[in-house]
Amino acid sequence: MTKFEIRGLRADVLIGAEQREEILKGVDLTIDSGETHAIMGPNGSGKSTLAYAVAGHPRYEVTDGEILIDGENVLEMSVDERARAGLFLAMQYPVEVPGVSMSNFLRSSVTAVRGEAPKLRTFSKELQSTMKGLAIDSSFASRGVNEGFSGGEKKRHEILQLELLKPKIAILDETDSGLDVDALKVVSEGINRAKTETDVGVMLITHYSRILNYVKADYVHVFAGGRVAESGGPELANALESEGYERFVKAGA
Amino acid sequence: MASPNIGVKEHSHGGDVPISRLDTHGSFDVDAFPVPSGREEEWRFTPLRRMRGLHDGRDAVGGAVKVETRAPEEVAVETVARDDARLGTSFLPSDRVSALAYSAFTEATVVTVPKEVQVSEPVYVKITGVEEGDAYGHVLVRAESHSSTTLVLEYGGSSTYSDNVEFVVEDGAQLTVISLQDWDRDAVQVSHQYAKVGRDARFKSFMITLGGDLVRISPSVRYVGRGGDAELHGLYFTGEGQHHEHRSLIDHNVSNTRSRVEYKGALSGEDAHAVWIGDVIIGEGTQGTDSYEHNRNLVLTDGTRVDSVPNLEIFTGEVEGAGHASASGRLDDIHLFYLQSRGIPTDEARRLVIRGYFAELIGRIELPDLRERIMDEVEEKLALHE
Ligand SMILES: Nc1ncnc2c1ncn2[C@@H]1O[C@H](COP(=O)(O)OP(=O)(O)OP(=O)(O)O)[C@@H](O)[C@H]1O
Ligand SMILES: [Mg+2]
Repeated sequence: MTKFEIRGLRADVLIGAEQREEILKGVDLTIDSGETHAIMGPNGSGKSTLAYAVAGHPRYEVTDGEILIDGENVLEMSVDERARAGLFLAMQYPVEVPGVSMSNFLRSSVTAVRGEAPKLRTFSKELQSTMKGLAIDSSFASRGVNEGFSGGEKKRHEILQLELLKPKIAILDETDSGLDVDALKVVSEGINRAKTETDVGVMLITHYSRILNYVKADYVHVFAGGRVAESGGPELANALESEGYERFVKAGA
Repeated sequence: MASPNIGVKEHSHGGDVPISRLDTHGSFDVDAFPVPSGREEEWRFTPLRRMRGLHDGRDAVGGAVKVETRAPEEVAVETVARDDARLGTSFLPSDRVSALAYSAFTEATVVTVPKEVQVSEPVYVKITGVEEGDAYGHVLVRAESHSSTTLVLEYGGSSTYSDNVEFVVEDGAQLTVISLQDWDRDAVQVSHQYAKVGRDARFKSFMITLGGDLVRISPSVRYVGRGGDAELHGLYFTGEGQHHEHRSLIDHNVSNTRSRVEYKGALSGEDAHAVWIGDVIIGEGTQGTDSYEHNRNLVLTDGTRVDSVPNLEIFTGEVEGAGHASASGRLDDIHLFYLQSRGIPTDEARRLVIRGYFAELIGRIELPDLRERIMDEVEEKLALHE
């Protein structure tokens, strides 16, 4: 049982040497194991900033507030320590790392997170079956990390990592965007497998309620103007779908 | 970083023949070249003080290298005296050091791959410094028509060494050369590699420079028939206090020839200095030249210096493609962030990214043992600055 807490979080995006802008203006959110929280909000409201701030992205700086995982101060951890503490971020735009093969990368990452190198044979079996579950062709293992992958292929590989790394808390930043219906199903099944197998707590950032037809959210939060503007149950998603964010954008302005 | 020089000359009709700024004349006469002062365009990046007289010929000869060779039986490898008639027929020394080396060597190594022979195993020529003082050498590799070979030319040990290496790639032949500069830390090497590429011949060079105190290599390519193809790949890892300089010259003096130059380096440590000069000439009256050159430098620490200068001179309007690029930069922090966000510790993430940076280039070397060895040595140098 894990408790993940974000309290009064403020963060700036670092734009240039001298330039920064405050994006997060006091975010409060608590996620427990097994819960799925959907975060919905207009473009530019700071959803990705929140995700990156939690992961420790170098272009963002937390200026106030705290992030705790089971009471441990996440902000004091380096990026890799956060991952080893059980945090995972599926990125909206996964990064291409040329020349580093996917299989090498995955093995290094699984070794780091699990604290010991998995047996080569067991790991390659596990990798193959997880890839198969996400309809990823085995040839991807020898390609460079995200190198030349299509948008949808990148998203599948983010979920592949989710399944292999078995985090306690996963932030999925628009994993559904850019996926066709079939791919959306495949990816959603991956998320659901992770949920049932590991009881992961999920922060699901999305624009559209369609993924919520596949991945059930326990809570829905509206994110606007750099903070959580309103929280509710799954019914809130439907209201947002029909009414849009207008009311929140105005309130936030 | 220095800026590129690109000259597109007017096509001339009679009268003056356009003269390249890139000096391509040569001579076997040492005194045809003045002693460099360090202010010349060709010498301004090189610390002459550290050349131990290789450029002026003042220092006493007295050093020695040992040359070891290994070759499959279908390849002839000979050690010959300096008056062997086959030597020095494919090139003219392009600077004083080259002319000096040619005047000073005593024995040469001649590798001949007979006509139409496809050599299965690589040919090895290993030059090792064994006695202090300067030493001179000469190597001639002749790939006769329609033959195919891979040659590994390796330099090691400690020496103050200068040589000329001739690659004669006859019509339809394929020659791949891996030149591995794996000297001890205190060695000085100034070398010239002259490739003469025949009709429909393919020359491929991998220049791997890791060792030495000062290594300056000038690989040049000239074509003697249409359809000639030259690929020059380079990899260097320049550590603390090392000077690695590569100066390629591709002379597209014949129509329908192709060249690719891609040099990739990493620099790490105080006063690591890498120089890459990429000269390409597309000669007057030629057609259908396809040329591209590229240099990238990965700067791993403060205190390093890179000079990267592509020079492209075009004397004709009939070019199929000609381009160049040069970039130097740090490790991408977003690449590192991505790997670290998956739990991979900083050091390992850096290693993976740097490995990745070189992987594609090393991956093109078709000898697995050598690939491993190069990658291991790169990682060893990397570990020094972590
Ligand atoms: N490098 C940058 N320079 C200037 N502004 C930036 C920079 N990076 C982000 N921002 C700004 O920060 C704000 C929040 O961006 P963020 O990516 O967090 O929004 P988002 O809610 O994820 O949007 P979307 O729904 O489009 O993904 C935006 O207004 C964006 O323009
Ligand atoms: Mg976003």
